[in-house]
Amino acid sequence: MRRTDDIKASKLDWITILVVAALALAGWLNIYAVVYDSQLDQNIFDLSSNSGKQILWFGISAVVVTLIILMDFRFFDSFAYPIYGVVVLLLITVLLVGTAVSGSKSWFEFGFVRFQPAEFAKFTTALAVAKFLSKPQIKKDRIKTWVLAVLIVSIPAILIILQGDTGSALVFSAFAIVFYREGFSPLLVLVGIIAVALFVLTLLLGQLYLILAIVITALIIIGTGKRTAKKLRTVLAIATVTIGVVVSVDYVVNNVLQPHQQNRVKAFINPEADPLGYGYNVTQSKIAIGSGGVLGKGFLEGTQTKFDFVPEQSTDFIFCTIGEEHGWIGSFILIALFVTLLLRIVYIAERQKSNFSRIYGYGVASIIFFHFAVNIGMTIGLFPVIGIPLPFFSYGGSSLLAFSIMIFILLKMDAHRMQVLVH
Amino acid sequence: MKDNRSNIIQITFILIGAVFIIKLFFIQVLDENYRLAAQNNVMQRLVDYPYRGLVFDRNGKLIVYNKPVYDLMVVPREVVLTDTAEFCDHLGITLTEFNEKLSKAQTYSWYKPSVFLKQFSNEDFASMQDLLIDYPGFYIIPRTVRAYPYKGMANALGYIGEISKNQLTRDSSSYYRQGDYIGISGLESKYENPLRGKRGAKYRMVNVRGLEKGSFKNGAWDTLPKIGENLTSTIDIELQEYGETLMQNKVGSIIAIEPSSGEILSFVSAPSYDPNLLTGRSYSEYYRKLSTDSLKPLYNRPLMAMYRPGSIFKIIQALVALEEGVISESTSLYCNRAIIGCHGPQKYRDLKEAITHSCNPYFVQVSRRMINQGESDDTYQDTRIGLEKWRAHVASFGLGSPIGIDLPNEKGGMIPNVQYYDRAYQSKNWKFSNIQSISIGEGENLVVPLQMANFAAIVANRGFYYKPHLIKAIGDQKEPLPEYREKHYTTVDTKHFDVAVEAMAEVVRSGTGQYRAKLSDIEVCGKTGTVQNKDRPDHSVFIAFAPKDDPKIALSVYVEYGGQGARAGAAIAGLMIEKYLKRCTDRIHMEDYVLNGEFIY
Repeated sequence: MRRTDDIKASKLDWITILVVAALALAGWLNIYAVVYDSQLDQNIFDLSSNSGKQILWFGISAVVVTLIILMDFRFFDSFAYPIYGVVVLLLITVLLVGTAVSGSKSWFEFGFVRFQPAEFAKFTTALAVAKFLSKPQIKKDRIKTWVLAVLIVSIPAILIILQGDTGSALVFSAFAIVFYREGFSPLLVLVGIIAVALFVLTLLLGQLYLILAIVITALIIIGTGKRTAKKLRTVLAIATVTIGVVVSVDYVVNNVLQPHQQNRVKAFINPEADPLGYGYNVTQSKIAIGSGGVLGKGFLEGTQTKFDFVPEQSTDFIFCTIGEEHGWIGSFILIALFVTLLLRIVYIAERQKSNFSRIYGYGVASIIFFHFAVNIGMTIGLFPVIGIPLPFFSYGGSSLLAFSIMIFILLKMDAHRMQVLVH
Repeated sequence: MKDNRSNIIQITFILIGAVFIIKLFFIQVLDENYRLAAQNNVMQRLVDYPYRGLVFDRNGKLIVYNKPVYDLMVVPREVVLTDTAEFCDHLGITLTEFNEKLSKAQTYSWYKPSVFLKQFSNEDFASMQDLLIDYPGFYIIPRTVRAYPYKGMANALGYIGEISKNQLTRDSSSYYRQGDYIGISGLESKYENPLRGKRGAKYRMVNVRGLEKGSFKNGAWDTLPKIGENLTSTIDIELQEYGETLMQNKVGSIIAIEPSSGEILSFVSAPSYDPNLLTGRSYSEYYRKLSTDSLKPLYNRPLMAMYRPGSIFKIIQALVALEEGVISESTSLYCNRAIIGCHGPQKYRDLKEAITHSCNPYFVQVSRRMINQGESDDTYQDTRIGLEKWRAHVASFGLGSPIGIDLPNEKGGMIPNVQYYDRAYQSKNWKFSNIQSISIGEGENLVVPLQMANFAAIVANRGFYYKPHLIKAIGDQKEPLPEYREKHYTTVDTKHFDVAVEAMAEVVRSGTGQYRAKLSDIEVCGKTGTVQNKDRPDHSVFIAFAPKDDPKIALSVYVEYGGQGARAGAAIAGLMIEKYLKRCTDRIHMEDYVLNGEFIY
């Protein structure tokens, strides 16, 4: 057996690193492009600009990543809970002493540096979930196990909701993918998906039509095939519950959601209804992307993003710049890069001998997937606007650093996968 | 089972990626609307209005130029008003007007500029300029309006104004946009194309707050404006002003033409107005006043007022009859007042005397000879043939239809034809005795003053004319439009005109009231054309040309209800000729007679 500290860079998964580096580099160029003004003499390295600051964060991330590679690979397994605990404490602290930025009290401010503990809660929660589900004595067929697992995910999610950052909290729903992979009942996952689908369909089609559709479907099912009492009961029960969900949609939209969230839902359903009001972001975002055509307008040639028609363009809406300046081809390449990264992470996760590493790997994949799907989905009107960044791509130090740590913990453990004894 | 679930997760990842790529294909590649919307977002079209061409008189004096005015623009998004009432006070508008204008601008666009108030004068601009620093969202852009150093000739020059919805829909060239200025009447309308030049446009990009962000596509779509072409008028502005002065307190017109070219030397329509009134912000106020004035100052009398030709018509009758060979210069006819009333001595030796004394029975008999030449045994049929022949001759003098001056709304008058009398009599049973009043310029004949001035020019030229026109050079092109370079001959041979010229010279030389047109050193030829009115004084009409040999000026003068033609008409004609040929007059008493006489009723 080799010595545990005998780590060579060649053991790291270079495919993942290359894809991540490509995303970060492309993101950096786009951050520069967003604010580029041909009338000003701007330097991409200017530290007062976003692109310059992002370079600084590249450096910080590189240092932290190097530290991770130099650490003992078993550290994360052993200290998963304490790390999780520290971040949960940070989330509580930020509620008390944090700085509010655009409505969310989720930032620590040290001089000119700001960071957001919520970003770090994502990989620490992945560590804790991995630790919990990889316990040798875990019984995955017991409901209690899953209740506890959901609890581990819910604690940081609820704290983040309390900070007023619902978008980041929703990311934690991505752990459903991890649970599913680890044996959680697909039926429950399906029920969840159906509930969400019903919710969206109700908004799109209206209550009346959907209730009619459910009733007709139920009658058809009852009317065809054998008519047993059990079948009748089951169908009636399901129909009642689904109608209940449909009816509750209005209540949820009007009473549970806050006004700006209601507007995002309305904008998702019909952005054209109020293109200058709540529909503005989505409309302008689609205009920017749609105006790119096949090849795009060219690097630094975008007008919609540069002239501030699209809001939050360096962070949440950065995909608009790609769409506008690099067109369908550029968008295609970016999406392909993300899908490659996701598949590679799943591949890495599946080749782990240790359950902990595998589950953590799925956590990483799920979180990146959620960010990718929701971020790009909202800019092209396929999802409601939820303010979360595009991993490695959007401007933002906390996000870049947290995603770098998240993925390099996986790569570090992957490099040592042969040294692990299977439990 | 685990492998299966892993596969499902991977397929989900790929599926979402594929959905995105397909959706992107729809909005980026297939749907053009987003590209257009993006262009609409950033592109701002700045119109570069060229200067409208200037107009000079025949001696190079500037008569129409451009004066700078200032439009107050607003960008609703940038407006910050702490004290709206104070702002309205400065502008001199009410709060309601302010809100109306602002909401109109907001409806158009929140971040693109629109016109808030139009056409501040230079003085207003000076006071506004400093003030506007305190009102973000408002700024001023320069434009031009027409200005006229001379207060005359308003009806010929016409005016410009914002294009109407109707004109906009009828504009087949798609040149005009809403808010553009266009020549509405007069020369401004007729020569709109050369005068307006060509509008330029600059396309620039603006950001979401309307701040300029450079040119669009590096100026690939930009066009430079082309300055409008200057026009040189045939008008002698001094003669014009003199004519306007003479026509003060009268209703009527003076048209003076240079016979050898058809160039119009003066074009007076009275009453008139100061053309400066129909420029700038007060346009609509004055337009309303002028258009409701009972004396109709906007009515272009030289082209539109139709009168019976009166005795002037006898010269045409004489010329046509000579051409037809039914009389000769020495034809002597008895003044038979059983046919029609007359005045003056009853015995004429020849045609010239008959013209000079304007003998009614003489010309009725001459006309009968013309109309009934015995071409047909049937009197009715013979009259029809004769009338058509006669009418063709008369039409060659530019009567009965618009001559084609370079101004809009020209009327053609009326020379009756066979169809007209068929309709009037409801049958073909009419003959010369039914229509004989046309012989002496009464009856159904109608002419406009321009046609009579042109007729004076024809006699002056001994048989031809150029279409009267007001513009003799357009830009670098030092000649008028082609149609005004073409010589039109009448159907009457040149040799027959001598008797007409002699007769007209005689009228001024020895007429009873026509002496008012007589000059000591220049031989003036003229003819009165009193138009009788029921229950009201006659219209005083006089046509003239001078000098008799190699004439330089021919004109018609109309003074409505001014009494006999020998009075105001002859006096004004004489003064105009004198002014043009000698640049001054020593007949102060005649000026006094014209200026102080009571010629308006």
